[in-house]
Formats: sequence, structure tokens, C-alpha cells
Amino acid sequence: MTAKERTYLGVPVKKPRAAFFEFTSCEGCQLQLLNNEASLVDFLSLLTIVNFREAMTEQSDEYDIAFIEGSITRDDEAEQLKIIRSRAQTLVAMGSCACFGGVNQLKNRFNDLAWVKEQVYGSQAIDTREVLPLSAIVPVDLEIYGCPIKKEEVEKVVTNLVLGKSIDYPRYPVCMECKANHNVCLFDLGQPCLGPITRAGCDAWCPANRLGCWGCRGPAEKPNVGQLRQIMHEHGFTDEQLLDRLECFGGFAQYVTELKRTAKG
Amino acid sequence: MKVSCNIKVNHLSRVEGHGNIRIRIKNGVVEEAGWDVVETPRFFEAILVGKLWENAPYLCGRICGICSIGHTLASIRAVENAFGLVPDRQTESLRLLLKHMETLQSHILHLYFLAAPDFLQLGSVLPLIATHPEVVQRAARLKLLANDACDIIGGRRLHPTRTVVGGFTMLPEKSQLALIKARLEAALPDLVKTAELFHTFALPDFVRETEFVSLKGKDHYPFIGGDLVSSDGVIRAEDEYRQMTNEYMVDHSTSKWSRLSRQSLAAGALARLNNNFALLHPKAREIAASFSLQPVNHNPFMNNIAQLVECVHVVIDSIAITSELLAGKWQEPRQPVVPQAGRGVGAVEVPRGILYHAYEFDPAGRITRADCVIPTSQNNANIHYDIIELARQSAAQQKTDSEIQRLAEMLVRAYDPCISCSVH
Repeated sequence: MTAKERTYLGVPVKKPRAAFFEFTSCEGCQLQLLNNEASLVDFLSLLTIVNFREAMTEQSDEYDIAFIEGSITRDDEAEQLKIIRSRAQTLVAMGSCACFGGVNQLKNRFNDLAWVKEQVYGSQAIDTREVLPLSAIVPVDLEIYGCPIKKEEVEKVVTNLVLGKSIDYPRYPVCMECKANHNVCLFDLGQPCLGPITRAGCDAWCPANRLGCWGCRGPAEKPNVGQLRQIMHEHGFTDEQLLDRLECFGGFAQYVTELKRTAKG
Repeated sequence: MKVSCNIKVNHLSRVEGHGNIRIRIKNGVVEEAGWDVVETPRFFEAILVGKLWENAPYLCGRICGICSIGHTLASIRAVENAFGLVPDRQTESLRLLLKHMETLQSHILHLYFLAAPDFLQLGSVLPLIATHPEVVQRAARLKLLANDACDIIGGRRLHPTRTVVGGFTMLPEKSQLALIKARLEAALPDLVKTAELFHTFALPDFVRETEFVSLKGKDHYPFIGGDLVSSDGVIRAEDEYRQMTNEYMVDHSTSKWSRLSRQSLAAGALARLNNNFALLHPKAREIAASFSLQPVNHNPFMNNIAQLVECVHVVIDSIAITSELLAGKWQEPRQPVVPQAGRGVGAVEVPRGILYHAYEFDPAGRITRADCVIPTSQNNANIHYDIIELARQSAAQQKTDSEIQRLAEMLVRAYDPCISCSVH
């Protein structure tokens, strides 16, 4: 598509060729890109989109930035990911599935692929493997967190990428953003919440809607999981309820192992 | 000259998920044709096992990036039915309004962004931004209205936050709802314009008789819960859904297939319309009539028009629902939930057709078994047999390779398949 030349501080800005790909996922993160109707045309003019199978038929193997949604659950996906890596200068993991395995990795917790297959497909042969994030197969340059990704954050990240500016995520937890927004604490409303330990940047999207955080963006810097566990117990929640949330998206994998070792019913 | 061609479309574009079309014709005879779903499975039914009830709607919404609201509502209904919890009228109204807005969002996305480019000989909607800005702006306006409404009712347009077992975590402001109502009223002329646009498109004339399965409406065009019906006369209760879906596996698809009275069945807007035409709002029926769409219509390409008709219906119904909500006083948003052992089924009409979630619970409310039957998985066999018939008719009509390929791609897109969903 054509658009007038963009400038930043009077300097012409190049329009990178961008490609979008998806592996095992709901494709919701790509749809989020189409879901911000007000700024969609502006956003599209930042990039030359050469691959977006969900919205366009044209395709190209020449691109600068690859945006990838989804986790890796089959060998052919791993091979395809390596090919994309070899072609892209910048590889962006988009959403919790790409960053951590996402809800898909919940099947890994059984440590029994044969049972998992049997539950869904009975005796029919089906090809699947342990769910992996992109970074387990290839180097990832940039991660955009969230289930789903937040369009405003993607726009900021993409603008900075195009301008060559560095991209910095908050190190503090969602709890900070929630307090800044004057939301009623979810614990005071009788709901469990991972806000105290989850990486901020979503503007406390779920707590603002009175849903406790499920940790889709992974851990904040030095998360105090032990303290949160104590808070959960004080408010009458079980280790099982904490575990449900900690293990949901894969970002807290190392803390899940520890909790499972010491969990009480 | 007799037609010979070898068409292979790998990872069809402008559909959700990964599917392949194959058609091989030699000297006018179809040697091989079909529809292969190659999507990687995610195993949601296994993932749910052992999880507490409150996980189900939160996780299951993530089966789909387009109809996450529909999955969340079907999941909630299955849990509530298992626990014997009956939602109050306010919750029912808000859920239906939310459902309507997802239907509008999804149908507009499909009609303008996925289907329309085919009729305009384009690869995507992008060139229209420069050549027909008013068309793109209209699509964006309708979609934005639907998405904004989903945000204020469900908390978020994708993977909703406020929708929980028992009701909602919080309610919209009345002032927000009043604004949505005004925008809904303004959307009707946009839908009339949309109908005018689709009147300029030549819909392929293709018919293959099939069986249409949907919810059976009583007083209203059906969206959430109730009896199940087929156009061949089968009627079942909601919790007997397995007798409507009869899932089985084929070796060239990671999606399960379904059948009922024939070799395949169809779900979706056309199925709902065929089975519940009299319950549509008169204005919606008027639009249907302008396209000569009346039950029982067996042209799968008419699913596009059925979606358009439903857009009109859901917008008019949403105006009525918002009026009623604005006139009343807000009640408590959420009922308490008491888990118990048992089984519950939730059937909900999502944009692509009837969706079923079914769970079994232990006494503590942990899931012991889960089953989800997706509209697109019910449609996959129908798409497959349609492609074979389309290839046969195209060969008889001596169409060119590129024309056959274009028609086959348009045929699959007419179903608006959600392939990731079908391989959940």
C-alpha cells in the first residue's frame, strides 16, 4: 500500500517490511491488531505489510520484521520458525503463547502425552509434542506480553522499532498500575489476584474490570511469590487456587515447580 | 475442451487457521478433491481435567480469538447448568447483548475484510483504503461500535474479563450504555449501505443439499440455550447434543468431523436462518427477501447474506435490550456459586454456528471430563463434500483452472471457518 513518507524530527523514517505468522494459538493477538479500528490505518502506514495470511492473500519471503503469534507444538512448526528466523532481521514474539507457551503449555503439566492425546482423540494417531515458547527454538529479539496483547502497547513497541528507539518494559508489578488507577483491591473484593507479582504494562487491564490478575505477562522483577502465597492464605485461598493462576500461561514456570513441591491442599 | 487441472491451495488465506484445498480433474472427471485441516491441536479438553470450575470460562474463552465471548458464555452456561444455577433476567439480557455485539463484530469482519475482496478481485481489503475510503470507514465504524459495546459489557473485546459463572464482576455505566444505544441506531443506515454493496456482488450459483443444524427458537431468534433442531426434522434437548454432533475422525484432518441424518451437516448463520426464519425481525427478513433468501436455502455462498441479515436482526434486538436495561434499576451483578457433582451442557449460537461445551464435575467442583464441539468442526465435512461437488459442477461447465480455484476458495471463506477453534 502507498502512504505519504513519514518523518520523525524532520528525518525520513524507513518503512520496514513486516510479516505476520502464527503457530499453535487462537490467532487472537493478530486480530487485536485489526481490533483498534480508530488507529488501524495510521498503524498500517508505519509498515509495509508483506505477509498477513489471516487478512490478505499476497505473500512474500522478503521481510525485515517477523511478528509471530503462538507456541511450538509440532516439528514442522519448529522447522518453519527456523526458516522465518533466517529471513528476518528482527523476530518479535507476540503474546503469551509465543513468549511462554501460553494456555497451551497446560498440557505439559501431565507429563504424559499419550494420556493427553487419548483424552481428546481416543485411539486415533495424532502428532503433537511438548509445548514450547519460540525462544526454546530460535533467538527472539523482542517479546510483546499478554493474553491478549494490548494494541496500545503494540503500537508503542512498533513505533519505537521503526524509529530505532530502545524498548523498555516496566519492572514493577501490575499492583502499582492498579493502585495508580484507584481500583478497589481485588483481595478486598474477595478475589484472588497475581497483581503483586506480575509484570506491569497492561494498565491493570483485568483488575480494573474486577477480575483478579492471572499473570499472563509473566513475573515482574524479583517477584515475592512467598509473600503472595501468605496473602492468599490470609484471604482464605488455597495453594491450588494460587497454582491455577501461576501455571496458567507458563511465565511463572520456575515458581510453579517450587509451589508444587510444598503445596498444601 | 475437457477440463484438466491440479489445484493445491496450502494454508488458505483470509480464513482463521490452517486448511488446504485440493482439486484434481482429468479430462473432465474429478479424480480427487477435498478439504484438509492441518491445524495443530491444543488439547483443551485434556487441559481442563483436574481444574476447578472457575478456570473453565477463563481458559475456554482462549479457544478462539474471534469468538472468545461465545466460548466464554457456552462454558459459563455448562458450569451453571451442572450446578443448577439459573441466571437472573439482568444477567441474561447483558449476556445476550454481549453475544449480539460479538456476532456483529465477527460478521462485519468476515463480510468486509475476508469475503468482500474476492468479489472485487482483490487480495485484501488494504487497496480499498485508498480507492474506497468510505467503504473501509463504514466497516471500521460498525466493527468499532460492536467492539466498544463488548468492552463496556464484557470488560474486553477479546478474552472478556467481566463474564463469570453467576453473572458479571461489574456492570456498565448507564451513560455508556445510552451512548451504545445511540450508536446502534446510527448503525442501521450503515447496514442498509452494506446490503447495497453486497447487491453489487455476483454470488456464485451453487447448490448442494445438506442438513442444517442450529438451536431451535421458541419466541425469539435463538442464541443462548434451548432445544436443538435440524432441517431434516431431528429435535433434541440441549444435553443430548452428542446425538446431534456424532463426532468421528478422518485421517486427513486434525479436526473431528460431524454428521447427523446425511453424510454431512452445516451450522452457522444460514443454518440458524433456515431453521428460524419466522423469528427474525421483519426488517431483517426484508433484507433477506431483497436477496431472494428464504428457507430452506442450500447455496453455501448465501451464508454471507445470512450473516448480513443477522447483523440487522442483532442491531435491532440490541436497541430493544439496551432500552429495557436503561429503563430498569441495576440489580446485583453476580449470584453466589455453590459447586456440586454433576454434568452440565451449554449450547450457544456463536457467529459460525452452534457451539457446545460439556463438563463433568466431582463434588468439589473439579472437572473430571470435558468435551467441546465447535461449529467449524461440524462444518468441515460439509465443506469437504461441497468442494467435491463444486469441482464436479465446474468440470461439467468447463470452467478454467483459475476460476475453479477462485470459486473453491470463496466457497470455503463463505463458511467463515474458524479452524484453530475446530482443532481446539
